[in-house]
Amino acid sequence: MTTLILAWAITTAQILLGLAMLCAMWRLLYGPRAQDRVLGLDTLYINAMLILVTYGIQTGRTLYFESSLIIGILGFTSTVALSKFLMRGEVIE
Amino acid sequence: MIDAPELPAWAALLTAFLVLAGAIITLIGSIGLLRLKDFYQRVHAPTLGATLGAGGILIASIVCFSVLQTRPVIHEILIAVFLTITTPVGLMLLGRAALYRDRYAARKDVPPESRTASTHEFD
Repeated sequence: MTTLILAWAITTAQILLGLAMLCAMWRLLYGPRAQDRVLGLDTLYINAMLILVTYGIQTGRTLYFESSLIIGILGFTSTVALSKFLMRGEVIE
Repeated sequence: MIDAPELPAWAALLTAFLVLAGAIITLIGSIGLLRLKDFYQRVHAPTLGATLGAGGILIASIVCFSVLQTRPVIHEILIAVFLTITTPVGLMLLGRAALYRDRYAARKDVPPESRTASTHEFD
């Protein structure tokens, strides 16, 4: 019974996180200015990282933890590089 | 795909509650990103998912794996610490870049650049 509740909660959480990714994707595609698109990308990778953690809980494997850590590191790097590009016009001076 | 690990009742209920709360808070943050009017308002909304939403889901993962493997599994703290450090840094860089672009485009709704630091240097 409680396993069923847990399974239902995890599936619902994945659907909600998918809706959150859709919101971020809308901002990434139709954002009026460039900084809105970068903000949408930032939100999109955080939501993708969280959805991978919920997959890890669902399957009981620690494999998904490592992939979500890699997504976090690469996403932060991409946000910093894109902000630097918006600020100065080039990434590495 | 309805599937879940076999946990004791208290751990299953706690994990379910934390996962659902984290997902709902993250969704609220992303809806804020969609609905707010201005970029400087929008930059606040996703941090809800990066702090409280991520915290709930990561604590749920810690509880689940600690009960499954019957030992403390706390490697999810790595993601939490990393998010706590990097989110303010990245969003502050993005906010500075947006402010620079708005001043360069001479928009009316941004504050002008303060001259106090440079005048103190030349006094």
